[in-house]
Amino acid sequence: MTKSVLELRNLRKAYGALAVTDDVSLSVHPGELHAIIGPNGAGKTTLIHQISGLLPSDSGEIIFDGEDVTRLPMHQRVRRGLARSFQITSILPGFSALENVALAVQARSGSSFRFFGHAARERALNEPAMDCLNLVDLGARAQIMAGLLSHGEKRQLELSIALATEPKLLLLDEPLAGTGQEESQRVVETLRRLKSHTTIVLIEHDMDAVFSLADRVSVLVNGRLIATDTPERIRANAEVRAAYLGEEEAV
Amino acid sequence: MTELTEMQSAPVPSPVMRLELVPIILFAAFAATPTLAAYSGAEGYILSLLTRVMIFGIAAMSLDLILGYGALVSFGHAAFLGIGGYAAGILASHGIEDALIQIPVVLAASAAFAFLTGAISLRTKGVYFIMITLAFGQMLFFLATSLAAYGGDDGMTLSARSLVAGWGVLKNDIAFYWMALLCLLGTYGLSRAVVASRFGRVLRGTRENTIRMQAIGFQPFRYQLVAYVLSGMMAGLAGFLLANQAEFVSPAFMTWQRSGELIFMVVLGGLGSLHGAVIGAAAFLLLEEFLPEILHAVSFFLSDDIRSRLAENWKMVFGPLLILIVLFARGGIMGLLRRGRHD
Repeated sequence: MTKSVLELRNLRKAYGALAVTDDVSLSVHPGELHAIIGPNGAGKTTLIHQISGLLPSDSGEIIFDGEDVTRLPMHQRVRRGLARSFQITSILPGFSALENVALAVQARSGSSFRFFGHAARERALNEPAMDCLNLVDLGARAQIMAGLLSHGEKRQLELSIALATEPKLLLLDEPLAGTGQEESQRVVETLRRLKSHTTIVLIEHDMDAVFSLADRVSVLVNGRLIATDTPERIRANAEVRAAYLGEEEAV
Repeated sequence: MTELTEMQSAPVPSPVMRLELVPIILFAAFAATPTLAAYSGAEGYILSLLTRVMIFGIAAMSLDLILGYGALVSFGHAAFLGIGGYAAGILASHGIEDALIQIPVVLAASAAFAFLTGAISLRTKGVYFIMITLAFGQMLFFLATSLAAYGGDDGMTLSARSLVAGWGVLKNDIAFYWMALLCLLGTYGLSRAVVASRFGRVLRGTRENTIRMQAIGFQPFRYQLVAYVLSGMMAGLAGFLLANQAEFVSPAFMTWQRSGELIFMVVLGGLGSLHGAVIGAAAFLLLEEFLPEILHAVSFFLSDDIRSRLAENWKMVFGPLLILIVLFARGGIMGLLRRGRHD
């Protein structure tokens, strides 16, 4: 088996007596799109927060690209190539779409302790940023204030920002959340394109999207991973059906 | 969709270009004042008032750099005025009267204080940041009142204005006016460059969304700290000028009320435009100066007794007036100018 990009070893996180992440071990292979699914409250977002460094872990290890990053703050993990998006859109609303992405380019290209020179006019930042925008079909909207973009476009922009950090691994927290039918179609298309660029861990509620995109699927229930397998076998897995898919049918 | 694109992309550059007129007019007015004042018959008064306006303009602008662009509400910014003033005063009392030595010392002292207090206070957020900067400001205020050797409560008189390379040119009020204007222009130009630079963009991004900035790999604290130090140095320079103008420095330079006034000037002028802060400082100080007379003139229909009382208690009008401006002119005076131009 190839060396994994991300490996979680016995990861835990508890709020008081409530174990939100309960002994999770997982390995993500290079180039795959690994989806994590689970019912509401299963601890998916918490897990992403732990991996990205927004939340500290109680115990266990996070090995990223062969290095233990368990104790590193978020910005240092980002510099090592671990990018993420947020479930609730997180952009800079007062900046143009282009500047949102250009800032991400700036973060990885040279010092930002430069006090002179007009940053918004630096071609070395704007050109890669424009490439990233084009990759998510936002090229035509580059000069629009990010806060004025439609919800779907903001989701696209977030993907573009994450891409601009040149990640080895992209953590996506419900990129389809709150998008309409047409918009979600566009985001799914974008994700399909991104698959060839980088390894992706995807948390998503939209099962159609998950099963059409994912190479492997892990199922998280009450903070525990109950299965990791190909989409077909997950669909057929009795335990998963009982714990998760069955639940929806029952409702 | 396409409509929005056009609406957004087409008119945006022009208001920005037109708004640049505001700083040009502002600085041209400052530059023209000495010539015009010579014909007014009250030259000394006008020059000294406007010198004060420019000095507070520098201080307010320095605050705008962190408040308007970094959303850091420092409630202890007057401390830097005190540091600048006292550094000049203390050096002068030991016979070091040359600005070429005093100014670097002022800048270094302000930077050191900003670095130390910033490194602590920037670990807090929101109201805690306000309180901790206030606490550091008060700490310095009480330190100054206890400096018996340098006047304590009463403050200290400077024997003369600073020399420039041994030359007493600043004794001349007009020369001092030009020096203040030069400092104002210099700090304005520097601030404008910083705000547009890579560094400034990180600072502005952090104001909008700290988590997002971390998620793309920045550590906001370092940028905020450097901005805080820069801002403190500029305010320190303003303190140096203020002490020089009055040839006097006292703990009153750094009362928390003074810090509050600085915030007020920035908000009054409009956050996040730099020259807005200068306009805010001018509006604040000129209102403070002329409101008694304005009140007296406006209330001509009232009895003489009430008129004089009104003029005497002008602060009762000043406070509500400021509140009304902040409430109803969102974006301060710059906001009003912007709105006026769009119509």
